[in-house]
Amino acid sequence: MILNGRVIYPGTVKGKVVKCERPVIILGDIDPHTGNVEGCGNITGKIFVFPRGAGSTVGSYTIYALRYYQSAPLAMIVQEAEPIVVAGAIIAEIPTVDKININEINNGEIVKISDDTVEF
Amino acid sequence: MYLTKEEEKMLDGEMGIAKAHMLSILVKIGEIFGASRLIPIVSAQISGVSYRTIGDAGLHFLQSLKNAYVAAPATLNPIAFDSDNIKDMQVDDEMYRKQMEIIKAYINMGIKPTMTCTPYYYDNIPKFGEHLAWAESSAVIYANSIIGARTNREGSVSALASAITGRTPEYGFHLNENRMATHIISIDFKMKEEYYPLLGLYIGAHVDGVPYLRIHGDKTDLKLMGAAMAASGSIALYHIEGITPEYKYALRDKVDKIEISEKEIKKYQGDKIDVDLVAIGCPHVSYDEMEKIAKYLKGKKKKSSIELWIFAADSTIEQSKKWVEIIRNFGGKVMKDTCVVVSNAGKIYHRIGTNSGKAALYLRKKRFGGATVEVRSLYELLRSVVQ
Repeated sequence: MILNGRVIYPGTVKGKVVKCERPVIILGDIDPHTGNVEGCGNITGKIFVFPRGAGSTVGSYTIYALRYYQSAPLAMIVQEAEPIVVAGAIIAEIPTVDKININEINNGEIVKISDDTVEF
Repeated sequence: MYLTKEEEKMLDGEMGIAKAHMLSILVKIGEIFGASRLIPIVSAQISGVSYRTIGDAGLHFLQSLKNAYVAAPATLNPIAFDSDNIKDMQVDDEMYRKQMEIIKAYINMGIKPTMTCTPYYYDNIPKFGEHLAWAESSAVIYANSIIGARTNREGSVSALASAITGRTPEYGFHLNENRMATHIISIDFKMKEEYYPLLGLYIGAHVDGVPYLRIHGDKTDLKLMGAAMAASGSIALYHIEGITPEYKYALRDKVDKIEISEKEIKKYQGDKIDVDLVAIGCPHVSYDEMEKIAKYLKGKKKKSSIELWIFAADSTIEQSKKWVEIIRNFGGKVMKDTCVVVSNAGKIYHRIGTNSGKAALYLRKKRFGGATVEVRSLYELLRSVVQ
């Protein structure tokens, strides 16, 4: 199946999905040292799929910190990006696409992202 | 979104990768909120300055922008300490060193190290109708409501992106239609000085929109009310009949009505306690507040059991030197660059009196020390520290 979305930060990567069903409070739920996301698993080197970011706007620096501590996900797929995720993805240079119906994507699946398309 | 030729070039990286990244953040945010174009800003106010919140990663990011330089005047939010009061604030060496590196990174980009949440007094004064990209929710609501300037509640990175590119996407509070009142607030009691921050806390927690009030109050009362509203909720603009600059155009046919009782706002006040710290200046005090405090304290003696900490912008302290001297002679501490919320104050003191609803909201939280806090009027607080 191929899903089309909107590019937040471009890139082509393939990897295994770690999915969060609920909005992620970026500053709070994510430990940038380990890549663990509370209640969702470890996103380091994975395709991180979640509905949207929430909480303090300083959260953009948490996404950057994932890159800084080498715990970043390969890519992010979000239902609806908001300013925290947009700014974080771009400064951390993590390929990110939004406007994807994440109900179509299952935890553990292998997906390929090429800019605005998600293939699996 | 429509982009000018210059913006296209910036986005293509012709002016460096940092600028391209910064502009693409604004373009994406603009797309999300349906902006049709970017508009020039007059100034930016930047949050994400404290080492405690942005950490080593944030410092690394700011240093990576070394070739970026601001395209619009920009000022900084407070940090975790006043460098002249390191001991009182219990700041360790590493914290001090890293914090200074963060400030240096901002200075290298041409950002003024003002470290205040009240840039509108001296450092970065907006005018009616000007478009801004401000972070710091208490300054955003002051600029929008009391001055009639126009800014959304920007985030740490989006405000920085606007400073570096000189632009912001045109949506939200930049547009007339979003500055109309959504709720009329009516109260059936007489306002007292300590009620402004309490009313602010209540409205912030119960209203998502643009409240319209029929109350009186001076700029300090309204500053304290607005800061509380913006802290307990996400309000960025309010109108007050007969007082704020846009109230005449704010009402339309369909507006929700909310009634608030005295009992409801008093829930936020906290019980009367014996405090060990009186903290004033969240947001930072003005020249007028400094004068008021000094005139009251002049010739009086301080109780040794209670500390008095007053927080202000360095620029305000400079302007009001004669008042600051009186307060210091009394035994009060007047501090720059920081405040009771972002410093260690809440971890050092556990029974705090303040006239700030915003400070009360945060200091009561575990993460900020979980202090017992009472909200009182300025004179009540000052009375409690004199013998």
